[in-house]
Amino acid sequence: MNNIPQNVSPNASFAVTNPLLPLRAEDLSYAPDGLALLDKVSLQIAEGGISMILGPNGAGKSILMRILHGLIPASAGTVSWRGQTANREIRKRQAMVFQKPVLLRRSVTANLDHALNAAGVPRADRNRRATEALKEAGIAHLAARPARVLSGGEQQRLALARALSLQPDVLFLDEPTASLDPASTAAIEALVLAAERRGCKIVMISHDIHQARRLASEIIFMDRGRIAEQSAAAFFEAPSSAAARDYLAGRLHLPDGA
Amino acid sequence: MQDFAESFSLAFRLILSADADLAEIVLLSLKVSLSATLCACMIGMSLGAAIAIFRFPGRGVLLVLTNALMGLPPVVVGLAIYMLLSNAGPFGTFQLLYSPTAMIIAQTVLVTPIATALTRQVIADLHTEYDEQLRSLALGPFATLTTLLWDGRFSLITVALAGFGRAVAEVGAVIIVGGNINHVTRVMTTAIALETSKGDLALALALGLILIGISISVNAALMALKGTARRFAYE
Ligand SMILES: Nc1ncnc2c1ncn2[C@@H]1O[C@H](COP(=O)(O)OP(=O)(O)OP(=O)(O)O)[C@@H](O)[C@H]1O
Ligand SMILES: [Mg+2]
Repeated sequence: MNNIPQNVSPNASFAVTNPLLPLRAEDLSYAPDGLALLDKVSLQIAEGGISMILGPNGAGKSILMRILHGLIPASAGTVSWRGQTANREIRKRQAMVFQKPVLLRRSVTANLDHALNAAGVPRADRNRRATEALKEAGIAHLAARPARVLSGGEQQRLALARALSLQPDVLFLDEPTASLDPASTAAIEALVLAAERRGCKIVMISHDIHQARRLASEIIFMDRGRIAEQSAAAFFEAPSSAAARDYLAGRLHLPDGA
Repeated sequence: MQDFAESFSLAFRLILSADADLAEIVLLSLKVSLSATLCACMIGMSLGAAIAIFRFPGRGVLLVLTNALMGLPPVVVGLAIYMLLSNAGPFGTFQLLYSPTAMIIAQTVLVTPIATALTRQVIADLHTEYDEQLRSLALGPFATLTTLLWDGRFSLITVALAGFGRAVAEVGAVIIVGGNINHVTRVMTTAIALETSKGDLALALALGLILIGISISVNAALMALKGTARRFAYE
């Protein structure tokens, strides 16, 4: 988000320089207690647009996202940001919204203030940034409420507002619209698109194929701990893997011989 | 029966007239136990929080020790502090035995393990819940600690109240290191023990009633606190 050039080339809506990207993962494995939950996953995420991770339950999407964000260490393999291994500065340019949002036992505003403070935003700016983020997320009227009494959808919006208030260069979203009504889903999608247009790279997990069609500039399809395919949005018309074809058709994908 | 009824009415009269001796004993009790609770919470909460979220050498030993010390009988604590503070003991030169300070030390020793263990539990649970969010924010260890302590504030006040309850009701340790000296170290529990054995039931009863009142107030405060925490979904 920093140093976004203003003279963006006309035919690319996201031709901005993201200081973290490309993100490259090589041969990531995750095998606690010998269970191969991720098996030699390699991928590259370039700047611009929304990279959407799809795949059936238990495919390893959330684990992969946690490893990329640096929350859990991979058993093997490497993650690099523009050729650099992650450090505290690189982490501070990323944000993540969890599948189940974690809100502090404080007011809505205080939740944002805490995150902004952690990011080193001076006190004088925090209030303004918090208010702006809440307004943008459409929950300004909830500012004084204790965060944890909010409804599920409001909590999701707050978690997203908190992440966006940090103005990250990369935003990880783990099913941000699961369990939301259509209007809230549309509101969240609008927020995500607005952030993407400002130059924030979005990496998002979803189970909503329509949402993926609406938002994705590329699809990363996972199946049983592996990346079955990574392709542009044409994925939906011509998925190249059998697992993805079954997933899109709503069929359970069974391994050969099962 | 007649005697008991008389003792009760005398006890109520002592309370209602705010009898000077009675007031002195009650105030000293509160002063000693509140001071001890404060000290115990400062030590116990830092220690408990540290044990909950940091891995450091000696952590396991501390964990076992606090759990073991939690059930310490007050008389044993009293005996240990007595030996440390008596003239022959290592801290004899400070001449603290039979002073309110000695009683504060004894109750602090008694309450610290409880404050530590309860705080550890509160902070560990909270840490499990917050860990990924806080690490996502790249929070340092100190900021993590303060975040957890603040967000555990309702539970930690509960811990403090529980500690105070134990301190103020305890008799075994303060009678050994305080000696129940009139106008110097006489607190509610030691006075009850003495007056009962002397047969002066009125004062003992009055103090007993006040102790029960304190216990009820502490529990009422706990319930009010829980209610507030629940209303804000802060529990
Ligand atoms: N620490 C762990 N130990 C053992 N198994 C684990 C551990 N963490 C996750 N798993 C398992 O790893 C698999 C992948 O988990 P993950 O949360 O990444 O799935 P997902 O693709 O996000 O699924 P969903 O769509 O249901 O959210 C699951 O089967 C899960 O049970
Ligand atoms: Mg998941």
